[in-house]
Amino acid sequence: MATKAEVLDFIRIYADKMAEHRQELTDLDQAIGDGDHGINMSRGFKAVMEKLPAVENKSIDEILKTVGMTLVSTVGGAAGPLYGTAFMKAGMSTKGKEELSNEDVILAFDEAVGGIQFRGKAVRGEKTILDSMIPAIDAIKASIKEGKTMAVALVEAEKAAWNGVEYTKTIIATKGRASYLGERSIGHQDPGATSTAYAFQAANEVAQKAGK
Amino acid sequence: MKKFINDVENVENEMLEGIVLAHPEYVKRLEGFDVLTRADKKIGKVALVSGGGSGHEPAHGGYVGKGMLDAAVAGSIFTSPTPDQVFEAIKAVDAGKGVLLVIKNYTGDIMNFEMAAELAEAEGIKVANVVTNDDVAVEDSLYTTGRRGVAGTVFVHKIAGAIAEAGASLEEVKAIAEKVIANVRTMGVALKPCTVPAAGKPGFELSEDEMELGIGIHGEPGTERKPIQTADVIVDYLMERILKDMNPQSGEEVAVMINGAGATPPMELYILNRRVHQILADKGIKIFKTFVGDYMTSIDMAGASITLLKLDGELKDLLMAKADTIGFKMQ
Repeated sequence: MATKAEVLDFIRIYADKMAEHRQELTDLDQAIGDGDHGINMSRGFKAVMEKLPAVENKSIDEILKTVGMTLVSTVGGAAGPLYGTAFMKAGMSTKGKEELSNEDVILAFDEAVGGIQFRGKAVRGEKTILDSMIPAIDAIKASIKEGKTMAVALVEAEKAAWNGVEYTKTIIATKGRASYLGERSIGHQDPGATSTAYAFQAANEVAQKAGK
Repeated sequence: MKKFINDVENVENEMLEGIVLAHPEYVKRLEGFDVLTRADKKIGKVALVSGGGSGHEPAHGGYVGKGMLDAAVAGSIFTSPTPDQVFEAIKAVDAGKGVLLVIKNYTGDIMNFEMAAELAEAEGIKVANVVTNDDVAVEDSLYTTGRRGVAGTVFVHKIAGAIAEAGASLEEVKAIAEKVIANVRTMGVALKPCTVPAAGKPGFELSEDEMELGIGIHGEPGTERKPIQTADVIVDYLMERILKDMNPQSGEEVAVMINGAGATPPMELYILNRRVHQILADKGIKIFKTFVGDYMTSIDMAGASITLLKLDGELKDLLMAKADTIGFKMQ
């Protein structure tokens, strides 16, 4: 499960990570895209941090929707609509909730992935965000199904996300700007999959702190 | 990085301020947004909205005005504008006859403009869109995002803008825009990379004796990297690919655009143009009109692109119809 304080914590830690890894994400994007992923994500999450105090006493869905709307209107590029839609869809699935059960968390992740797939018209294996996100969510589902705690599930999720990031080095990009490279995109790590893996790293850190 | 900037965070905003101060007779800023609209809003016509990342000036704000765009939305440098900005532009210029969005084929641009179109449709505004994809350097297949929209987009603005100005319906404006897209092809080359101010270093590296053939307008890689050649050999390479793709027949007519990437002087563009004319003359293809200059730049990239637009009577008339904008004038 996740409390509202943990959801807020997750957003703050993720925002810190986007600032901290701004250059790394930008460098990855320069190799196969247009070299602005870190710049855009850190700009968007900086705006999120400015908006957060105004909504932190509202329900979880209001908080997540505000994050989504802020990302859509400040990140730009493809990442803005994709991450923005993910947070908005996750928000809508938690309507009125002050606390999330494990089932609620899984539903929110599923809705987020659905939103990204709708907006990006992509599937797994195209060297995108989905290549770290889907395995991570699958890992959460498998762990919870085996009766493990969310803290354990998120350790597995982060591992799966980074494995997904590694996997993106082995495949050809067929979506986004990296697709212009064709086979030359092999060997490069997808910046979107990487920024998503940091989301699971942030979630994992929150869960370990909570220890449940 | 050596640039005339104050703060990397304020480049787009200060540029827009400067444009409006320079050209108040053409454009005005939509208060609170990164949107330039026509200073002389024409009522009762289909409105054209385009835009994209900044860094391609005079595109797209430079094409706002009589006979071309009604609004241009400026994103961050090389980054699509966001849906809220595009939505405001649509609302500002909609005159009840519908709005055509001219989108260059990039994943981000399409997603952001689509989200804006959804918002506008929810408010009862009729919106249609076209996606430009004139860059022959990129393979168009199911396994890629498709060809990039590059300098040929300016011909879409010009010709669709002309028919809209003449009072055509949204369906007609969209149809003519699609006709231009079907008949326009471009390929570019870079001699030196460009530097996004916020990145502070060049987006890619080219050694002193190298060129990137098939370069994209954001410095995306092209088809080949080769040692620099003479201007004529470079034009031959680009023209071979453009002509192979569009396959114009002897006796057909084209418009030519030699576009500078931002840091290439007119002198060199004219040298490229000379060879383009020689090649087309050899093939019996008539040149109806030539445009040489910076139309769709890539910040400070040294490079150029060649665009050919195959013309028929209808496209010729619309190409020559009156237009008066900062970056494109037709008397």
